[in-house]
Amino acid sequence: MAKELLKGNVAFAEAAIRAGCEAYFGYPITPQTEALEHMSKRMPELGRVFLQAESEVAAINMVYGAACTGVRVMTSSSSPGISLMMEGISYIAGSEIPVVIINVMRGGPGLGNIAPSQGDYNQMVKGGGHGDFQPIVLAPATIQEFIDLTVEAFDLAEKYRTIVALLADGSIGQMMEPAELPPMRPVRKFKDRPSWALTGAKGRDPNIISSIYIDPVEEEKLNLKLMKIKEEIIANEVRYRDLMLEDAEIAVVAFGTAGRIAQSAIKTAREEGIKVGLLRPISLFPFPYERVKQVADQVKAILVVEMNGGQMVEDVRLGAEGRAPVTFYGRMGGVVPMPDEVLEEIQKLHAKLKGGS
Amino acid sequence: MAKGRIEINEALCKGCTLCTLNCPKEILHMAQDRFNAKGYRPVEIIDPEGQCTGCSICAIICPEAAITVFRMVKAKDRVAEKV
Amino acid sequence: MEKTKMVESQIYTKPESLTEIGTHYCPGCTHGIAHRLIAEVIDEMGVRENTIGIAPVGCSVFAYNYFNMDFAEAAHGRAPAMATGIKRVNPDKIVFTYQGDGDLASIGAAEILHAAGRGEHITVIFINNAIYGMTGGQMAPTTLPGQRTTSSPMGRDIELHGFPMKMCEILSQTDGAAYIVRRSLHDVANIRKAKKALRNAFEAQQQGLGFSMVELLSSCPTNWGITPEDALKWIESHMVPMYPLGDYKVHSALSVK
Repeated sequence: MAKELLKGNVAFAEAAIRAGCEAYFGYPITPQTEALEHMSKRMPELGRVFLQAESEVAAINMVYGAACTGVRVMTSSSSPGISLMMEGISYIAGSEIPVVIINVMRGGPGLGNIAPSQGDYNQMVKGGGHGDFQPIVLAPATIQEFIDLTVEAFDLAEKYRTIVALLADGSIGQMMEPAELPPMRPVRKFKDRPSWALTGAKGRDPNIISSIYIDPVEEEKLNLKLMKIKEEIIANEVRYRDLMLEDAEIAVVAFGTAGRIAQSAIKTAREEGIKVGLLRPISLFPFPYERVKQVADQVKAILVVEMNGGQMVEDVRLGAEGRAPVTFYGRMGGVVPMPDEVLEEIQKLHAKLKGGS
Repeated sequence: MAKGRIEINEALCKGCTLCTLNCPKEILHMAQDRFNAKGYRPVEIIDPEGQCTGCSICAIICPEAAITVFRMVKAKDRVAEKV
Repeated sequence: MEKTKMVESQIYTKPESLTEIGTHYCPGCTHGIAHRLIAEVIDEMGVRENTIGIAPVGCSVFAYNYFNMDFAEAAHGRAPAMATGIKRVNPDKIVFTYQGDGDLASIGAAEILHAAGRGEHITVIFINNAIYGMTGGQMAPTTLPGQRTTSSPMGRDIELHGFPMKMCEILSQTDGAAYIVRRSLHDVANIRKAKKALRNAFEAQQQGLGFSMVELLSSCPTNWGITPEDALKWIESHMVPMYPLGDYKVHSALSVK
């Protein structure tokens, strides 16, 4: 299939459809509403389910219900809406139901604004909702990656019976870029639905989907099972991109849009002769701690750039284990840092390293 | 001969007394001298005169679905009977 | 003349749509009656293997242990949203929620209202016992004015907490509702009527007429602090006047069984 000019929100929605998404439930919220609008047109055309819910609270519980029956289901929203979904997200996690959730983040806290932000890193990556669990969290930096990760999210969700969240931001949702959509996959046939699904107890014992384990020992069994799955995810699903790290003395670590901005800054810095590279985590959970450790062993300094007050930086510090100093540069409130600002930070670090040697 | 009879699943009985209060023949009583495995006094039927008609009222009011009801019916009507 | 031959026939036993497990409900609690009536209706319609139920948060949180069919356990108040998701992708299934008054009329007020408004083809069984049972007898949205609960120890003060929510009256105003009725479980005659209503509600769903709900006035002897017998009397004397029994909306096309 040829590349076409696609808007991020439309691209991920169409990618989900092509990945066999059978139902979409959502609620309008900027800056992701184009996804809901796209679904409202496309899903009925294909004889699939689109429903605009009365709230994000209802939307996530509709997702929960539909996913309990073994079909591919998704929702998308933006920060305040994701906050409302947290209850349902926790129930879905506790019931081990595969679901795909896309968060096109905006400035916060509170109603904040509709500008791009990465302020929900902690909320999504560190669990989201109450209780002991962590969803897989993937962060796209380009429209093509947005498409590819959306498709992959459905496969990962089913492989591990977990929530897979994509953490994008307003700029990825709103920007247009040439990208290629995947071929259309059919929706799952009824007979192929998983054995745990609620499909009517015909010729078998009833299936029960619940997140209540009143006996602490039973609850702990679930927790241990979730932890085991978490370990498998950590072992198998770490994703990141390196750029010009081979000879780097300074490493910038940044995800999503911040990673793109850092990339521009790094190219300019390289032209100035600064040996700097980029590590762009794509899976925020599982976080590429090992790669950060390797990089920390190699470089003299790490700069973390985020569109928040410093959230992923804590994971970078955990990964670096003190092997290299970690500094942070961030903009908040929906302000997108300019490559020049990041370049300036790199230059400052570079000068400091030179002065120190 | 009694027109009906009931079987009580004592294990399910919680001794709420609702069946005893609703039985039109007043032949259901709470056990006075024993408890079931749950620790409740289960209901007992005392029907030496065969008064039970199989009216099903006890089964309808029972919150535990603990009562099975039998009724003497004409052989040809056997299948059609419903509460 | 030959005497008509009489044989013994089992005319009533626990329905197949209930499991063999004994419930955790308190003695005399009418949840058990409501469960049984639903199970009888599902048996009679022959749809057990094609039905998906949704349990609420509240005393009936474990309803899935007692119904012999596929079941999900929802977040507090969200059962109608969950049912919507299930029904929309499985329109051929019979989908029902079982919800208490705190679940349906308080925390889940938005979900139930919009499910009714959309005319979701689901059936809702609404247990109204005017109290929060599971958490130990706090005031519910349906608690009667003056009724003492552990969070309204002096009796519900309408100046402070407002008036009880009358869900049948409210939901029957939505165009999507096909069958909205209120029944009571306080005596045998009313239990029989309740069963008929449950049948009609499931029929409304099967006939594709829209949203259906049966509100069942129910007892909570433990948290009301009275005997099971007096609890049934209290339903009749106190709850029925506040929550009049009757048909609040019946779709003209409903073919009643």
